[in-house]
Amino acid sequence: MDNTTMRKEVISILVDNQSNVLTRVSSLFGRRGFNIDSLTVSATNDPNLSRITIVFQGTEQSLHQILTQTAKLEVVKQISPLDKRNSIYRELLLIKLRADKTERSAIHEIVEIFRGKIDDLSRTSMIVELTGTSEKIDGFMDIISCYDILEVCRTGITGISRVDEPLITDTKKE
Amino acid sequence: MRVTGSQLVAEVLLEHGVDTIFGYPGGTILNLYDTLYEYKDRIRHILSAHEQGAAHAADGYYRATGKTGVVFATSGPGATNLVTGIATAFMDSIPMIAITCNVPDPLIGRDAFQEVSITNITLPITKHTYFVNHIENLADAIRNAFRIANSGRKGPVLIDITKDVTADTINYKPGKPLPLDPKPAFSAESIRKVASMINAAEKPVIYCGGGVPSSGAAPELLELMEKADIPATYTLMAAGIIGYDNPRTLGMLGMHGSIAANKAIDRSDLIIAIGARFSDRVALNPNKWGKRAQKVQIDIDTSEINKNVLVDFGVTADAKEFLQALLPHIKEKNHTDWVAQATSWKNTTGDIKEGDAMIHPSEIIGAICDNTDKETIYVTDVGQHQMWTAQYLRHDKTNKFLTSGGLGTMGYGYGAAIGAQIGCPDCRVIHITGDGSFHMNLNEACTAVSQNLPIITVIMNNRVLGMVYQWQTTFYGKRYSATSPERKTDFPKLIEAFGGKGFSADTPQEFEEAFKQALKEDGPVWIDCHISPDERVLPMIPGGGTLEDMIIG
Ligand SMILES: Cc1ncc(C[n+]2csc(CCOP(=O)(O)OP(=O)(O)O)c2C)c(N)n1
Ligand SMILES: [Mg+2]
Repeated sequence: MDNTTMRKEVISILVDNQSNVLTRVSSLFGRRGFNIDSLTVSATNDPNLSRITIVFQGTEQSLHQILTQTAKLEVVKQISPLDKRNSIYRELLLIKLRADKTERSAIHEIVEIFRGKIDDLSRTSMIVELTGTSEKIDGFMDIISCYDILEVCRTGITGISRVDEPLITDTKKE
Repeated sequence: MRVTGSQLVAEVLLEHGVDTIFGYPGGTILNLYDTLYEYKDRIRHILSAHEQGAAHAADGYYRATGKTGVVFATSGPGATNLVTGIATAFMDSIPMIAITCNVPDPLIGRDAFQEVSITNITLPITKHTYFVNHIENLADAIRNAFRIANSGRKGPVLIDITKDVTADTINYKPGKPLPLDPKPAFSAESIRKVASMINAAEKPVIYCGGGVPSSGAAPELLELMEKADIPATYTLMAAGIIGYDNPRTLGMLGMHGSIAANKAIDRSDLIIAIGARFSDRVALNPNKWGKRAQKVQIDIDTSEINKNVLVDFGVTADAKEFLQALLPHIKEKNHTDWVAQATSWKNTTGDIKEGDAMIHPSEIIGAICDNTDKETIYVTDVGQHQMWTAQYLRHDKTNKFLTSGGLGTMGYGYGAAIGAQIGCPDCRVIHITGDGSFHMNLNEACTAVSQNLPIITVIMNNRVLGMVYQWQTTFYGKRYSATSPERKTDFPKLIEAFGGKGFSADTPQEFEEAFKQALKEDGPVWIDCHISPDERVLPMIPGGGTLEDMIIG
C-alpha cells in the first residue's frame, strides 16, 4: 500500500436521510484527522437516502482509512471512490464582481466563453453563475481574478457514475 | 398488548435475555424505574454508587459472562457520568447497551433542567447512538442496538429516550433479537496465501490481540501454534488465551512486554497478527517494528488493516472463522530451534524486586495464584500494578483477566469486579488495584456491601501514582510533580466503615495469611499491601522506541 504519493479522490457516500447524519460523518473526519477539500449533501431519488460527495486528498493508505472508517458508521449504506473516467462531476460557482459600465462587456465576453450566466447586475457590480468541472471553474477564476472580486461561493463537487449499475458496493454486506 | 414506553423497554430487554441491569435512577428515568419495580422478579437491578461504576460493571459483566451488559442512567449528570465507562468499553471493543432518559421532547433544546445531548457527547465513543422521541421507534432502536453492539467489531451503543416516550403507550408486538450482521466473507485465495506464507516461514511468530477472545478463537489459535510449531505472544487484551505453561508462549509484548516477545518479533521472518491492531503500546515504532518480517494481519475490522503498520497481506475476517478455514492448509512442521531460541529469552530477567519494602509485587501475585483456582476472575485498575498483574499472573483461561487496555481507565477495576461477580456468582473475583486508581472509585465498596459480594481487593499500595512516578524517575530526572499525594487513608479502617473487612500486609507471610482469611469472608475484603514506591515495571521500551531502547534493569 502506497503511503507517500498524494492523490485526489471524489468519494460518494449514500447515507440514511436522518437528522444528525452529517454530524456523524463530519465528526468522524474531524477526529480521525482526514483532510477534505469539499463536502456536499444532496437528496436522492429515494427519500430515505441522501448522498454525500466529498473531495479528498491523501495517500492510498489514508484513502483506505477514510473509506473503511466511514463505512463502519451505521448510517452509511454505500461508499466508494468515483471512477474518474466513468463519472461526471459538477460544481457551481457564484461570484460577485465589481464592474462598472466600462468593464461590463469585457466580463460578459469571458462569461460567454465559459458558458456562464450573468444573474444580477447593479450599477457597480454583477453576479455571475457558472457550472462545470472544478478544472473549468479554476480556469474561469484564474482569468476573472484580474477584476475586482467581491465575493465567491463554490458549492464543492457533486458527482454521479455513468455506469448503469452503480459502481458502489455495499460495504456492510461485503 | 398495550404497554407504556417503559414497559416496552423492559419487554424488549427480556427478549434479549437480559436479567440484570446496572444503573442509577433520577428524574427523567423515573418511569423506567417504576416499571423495574413491576419487573423485579425477572430483571435484577444493581444500584451502583456512581454511574461510572455502573457502566464499568456492565462492561465487566460482559467480559466475564459474554452476555451484553446493560446500564441505565438519568439525564444530564447521570448520562455524563457514564461517559468514561462507555469510552472504556469502546476502546476495548466491548458490547454494551447504555440507556439514558432525557427531558420530555417539548423541552428538548431549551436547556431544561438536567438536559444534555448525550447522543452528541457520546458520538465518538459509541458504535451508534439513538435519540428516541417517538414511541414507534423505541423497540426498533433497542433491537438494533443489540445487533450493532454485537456485530462485527463489538462496542457500546447508547439509546437516549425522552421522558414523554417512557409514559406514552403503544401496542407491543413481541419480537426476537435481530440476526447479527453477516461476518465478512474471505476468499479461498486469501486462505491459500496465508497458508503458503506460514508454511514457508522459518521463524514465524503469532501476535494476537483482543479479537481472538472476542471471536472465541482461542482453541483454533492453540491448534495453529501446535500444528505449525509457532511461538506466540499476546497483547494485554488477549492475556489468558494462551496458558502460562504453554511451551510456545512468549508472554505479553509491547512497552512492558517480555524480552522474549519483543525479541521474537524483532528476529522473526513472519509475523501473523490475529485480531490485533499494532497499537502504539505494541508497535512502539511502527517503521522499525518487526522489520525483518513479512506481516500478515487478520482482523474483522477492515479499517484496522494497514492502519498503524503496513502489512504484506491483510484479510478482513472473523478470527475464528478464518483460522478454522486456514488450519487444514497448514502443514505440520517443526521449528524446534526457533521455538527453543525464542522461549529461551523468556526468563532472562526473572522476577524483579526493587526498593526496601519487605513485600514485592511478584510475591503478591504469586501468592494470589497459589491460593486461587482456574475459575478465578482477576480485575485490575491502571498503572504499575496492572502491568505487574499482567506479567506475573499465571494466566490460563480466556475471559478471566479484565483490564482497561485501550483507554487505560484508572477507576475501572472496582465497578468491573462488581459486574463480574454479579455475572459469575460462583467464581472468585480478585480485584488488584493501586492506591491512586482505587481512590477514584472505591466508593463502589458500598455496592459490594449491599450486594454481599465477596470481592477481594488487593491494594498494591506504593503511596505514589506509580506508573507516572516511574516515568518521572526515568525521563524527568526524578522531578516528582504531583505523583506523591501524601494520602493518609487507612484502607482497612475504611472498608470496615463501609461494612466490609480489611487487612494489611507488610510481608509475604502476612499477605498470604490475610488472603487466606479473605477467601473465607462472604462480603468484600480489602488487603492493603505496603510495597515500595521504587519498584519499577520492567522491561520497558519507551514510547516510540525499539528493542535496542529496552530498559531491563
Ligand atoms: C482516569 C485516569 N487518570 C489519569 C491516568 C494517568 N495515569 C496512568 S497510571 C497512573 C498512576 C496510577 O496510580 P496507582 O493506581 O496508584 O497505580 P500504580 O501505578 O502506583 O500501581 C496515572 C495517574 C489514567 N490512566 N486514568
Ligand atoms: Mg500507586
